[in-house]
Amino acid sequence: MGDYILLAVGAILVNNILLIQYLGNCPFLGTSKSMDNATGMAMAVVFVLAMAGIVTWIMEAVFLKPLGLEYIRTIVFIVVIAALVQFVEIFMKKSMPALYAGLGIFLPLITTNCAVMGVCLINIKEEYNFLEMLVSSLAYPAGFGLALILFAGLRERIIIGRVPGPLQDVSIALVTAGFMSLSFLGFKGMI
Amino acid sequence: MLEALLLMLALGSVSGVLLGIASKVFYVWEDPRIALVTDCLAGANCGGCGYTGCGACAAAIVAGQADVGACIVAGAGGAAKVAAVLGLEAGAAEPLTSQNTCTGGFRAPEKFSYMGVNDCRAAYLLYAGAKDCAVGCLGFGSCVKACLFGALEIGPEGFPVVDAEKCVGCGACEKACPKGIMQVTKPSDRILHMNLVDDRLAPCRQTCPAEINIPKYIHHIKNKEYDQAYLTIMERNPLPLSTGRVCPHPCEDACRRALADDPVSINQLKRFCSDWVFDNAAQVKIPVAPDTGYKVAIVGGGPSGLTAAYFLRRLGHQVKIFEWLPEFGGMIYYGIPEYRLPKAILGKDVKRILDLGGIDVKTGVKFGVDFDLESLVGGGFDAVLMTIGAMNHASARIPDEDKVKGVIPATTYLRRQGLGDPMPIGKKVGVIGGGNVAMDCLRSSIRLGAEKVYCLYRRTIKEMPANQVEIEACKHEGIEFVTLCTPTKFLTDDEGNLTGIEYLKNELGEPDASGRRSPVAVKGSETVIEIDNFILAIGQTTDSAFADEEGTAVSRLETKWGAIMNDPDTHQTAIPYVFTSGDCAGPPGLLVAAIGAGRRAARGIHKYLMGEDMAMPENRLRVDPRRMSGHIPGTMFKSIEGIEKKGRIEQPELEPGTYERQHTYAEVDLTVTEEEALKEANRCMHCCLTCYDKDA
Repeated sequence: MGDYILLAVGAILVNNILLIQYLGNCPFLGTSKSMDNATGMAMAVVFVLAMAGIVTWIMEAVFLKPLGLEYIRTIVFIVVIAALVQFVEIFMKKSMPALYAGLGIFLPLITTNCAVMGVCLINIKEEYNFLEMLVSSLAYPAGFGLALILFAGLRERIIIGRVPGPLQDVSIALVTAGFMSLSFLGFKGMI
Repeated sequence: MLEALLLMLALGSVSGVLLGIASKVFYVWEDPRIALVTDCLAGANCGGCGYTGCGACAAAIVAGQADVGACIVAGAGGAAKVAAVLGLEAGAAEPLTSQNTCTGGFRAPEKFSYMGVNDCRAAYLLYAGAKDCAVGCLGFGSCVKACLFGALEIGPEGFPVVDAEKCVGCGACEKACPKGIMQVTKPSDRILHMNLVDDRLAPCRQTCPAEINIPKYIHHIKNKEYDQAYLTIMERNPLPLSTGRVCPHPCEDACRRALADDPVSINQLKRFCSDWVFDNAAQVKIPVAPDTGYKVAIVGGGPSGLTAAYFLRRLGHQVKIFEWLPEFGGMIYYGIPEYRLPKAILGKDVKRILDLGGIDVKTGVKFGVDFDLESLVGGGFDAVLMTIGAMNHASARIPDEDKVKGVIPATTYLRRQGLGDPMPIGKKVGVIGGGNVAMDCLRSSIRLGAEKVYCLYRRTIKEMPANQVEIEACKHEGIEFVTLCTPTKFLTDDEGNLTGIEYLKNELGEPDASGRRSPVAVKGSETVIEIDNFILAIGQTTDSAFADEEGTAVSRLETKWGAIMNDPDTHQTAIPYVFTSGDCAGPPGLLVAAIGAGRRAARGIHKYLMGEDMAMPENRLRVDPRRMSGHIPGTMFKSIEGIEKKGRIEQPELEPGTYERQHTYAEVDLTVTEEEALKEANRCMHCCLTCYDKDA
């Protein structure tokens, strides 16, 4: 049990996918201008990653490893994730219209989110068993959401601040992201 | 290698087949036009339209919730394509524009000295900002920063100025402003907006029954933008040439400058800029909303009916006006004489309204005789507005007033004149009444050849409801005022012709409900004056006899003393699709009040047709211009200091005593010169809610 908690804390804080591993920076900057968008994106990522993690882990265990095809893992995962997201979108539109309306534009955007791909690959590289994979596939996106929402909160305040002209908007956002990253580095000592 | 190929092939096929099946099994029907519209949009998923992505925006457009031009990035070309898909006219779409509603700026006093972050939203967090005015602009320009199109800047006076050319109506400034000063609206929204308690309104603008934005049009005149001034007036009043001549301007009674100087001559400025537009044939473009497909019948082409027709047309409805008399204008055509409001001038105002297109007219048909509610409903009209005016006269309660030859109701007297067939009158004429209609009868009689004209009134000149300038003009033209009198008996010759009238002298008693002291007749004070004609000008009533007929749809209307009862806010009557406004809806009043009522009626009809909530907002501003009450608290000052007295411009008029003045129908009051108008416009202190120019 303790291992799983350690794994979760490690994934959320110590090895935060956004601020430590630098994956998924595109939605990090793109959807962090308002708290509403950030929350929507975070939810969508948790949802998609949980599913993608399971499917890619099974793909690896059933096909790639037994057949010795690890070298085409990347391309296989890309196809699987893209097809999965499309499928989820079609399914949700019919069965869960309320959730579909809530996640809206963010769902198709995740198709090209490298954080999703990254977590799937980490799961394999670290040779997690199924349960560990499940914890990691939920904890990493939770860390993603945490960082995204914190960042959106900062940006909402930065907008009303006195920022020198050349540094406005994305520039100051990147500087802020750097500082956030530095502070997250402080968690390194936890484990 | 083969395994890899096979695996990829299998993966691709399985994914493809699964997705194919899923799209069939989980098929959700959606309007095929949504996909077509999506193709016309920019496809950037930028969210600039306010929807989550292009798909959601397309769905909103197809559902009619968003405008065809909703996609800012795709611009006019995209809008045209979308319109083609939906079969709409793109050009007819109403433009959204941003407006600044506060003109306080640097003039607004501060409660405390704010030293924090230079941003309105940050400043607002500290006691709602440092400005004394609770609803005023804080001036840090959060809206300017929010604007992606460079259409906004903080102007030299300290409040934001919108560049209409660059503004696309995206609404970013509206969202950024913590005080709700920036408002993004369509022309229809502005037509439907009634003055609210929390609007930023100068005292004159609060008082005007038609809610005209007076400081704005005077500001335009000051900048010599006379066409813009005219358009500003046309947002609220489609009869500016006529109003500019005959309005008793209650707004001037509320003018803040009057506290230290004379009030600004607002109405002369209105007349000046409207005349300028027509004299110079300036091109003015009045926006009209896309067609709604509804048809509205307007019974009566008087001021209220014309106003309602104008605003209903601008809101996108088809309108048809049915008029009984040959010309449009109602009481202001047939009641106000040529020397005050020339027919040709009124004709220009009417033509401007009818030129909007989409307004049909039919003259020479009378409601209750040639057509009725059943035929209008059968003719495909979705709503009916009754603006039949008050063309009957009220009784003076003098015995035999209907029988004696030479006694004429003012409405008949003036209407015959309007029709170009004045009634023959004798040398001595008496008129009873103290209102503007009485003044019109008095001054017309002089022009029709009467040598001695008396004005009989039961109170004193001070209590007369007529405009002060009219009373003065009567005195200039040699009319004699017989005040404090109650006519009791007509004197006739053997053939029943009027020879004189006997009256009792009055004393003023206790003040009545209207605040005026009521007259009490003194017994034994009988006096006789010799007259050949006697004109009854003590009020008008509506001819609503058709409502008494049993078994017709119109009999469901409720009437009270002839007036057709309605809800004073929505103007709806007991029959849901029938509305009334103007003189026929309740005591006959000013032209400007009829214009205001016409717009309210248009609003009521529009809300009714579109199935929206008809009730007025609870915070609607209700000012009584007669009693000067109901203004926004704190905006009516007791005194102001430091104003340099400049004195208002005179009303230019035809020289009293000249032939032209006494014996022709030439217009008596003249339009001021441009120089005078600019001088007067510069006297305007450009008031906002509490701010004003102290050095104007």
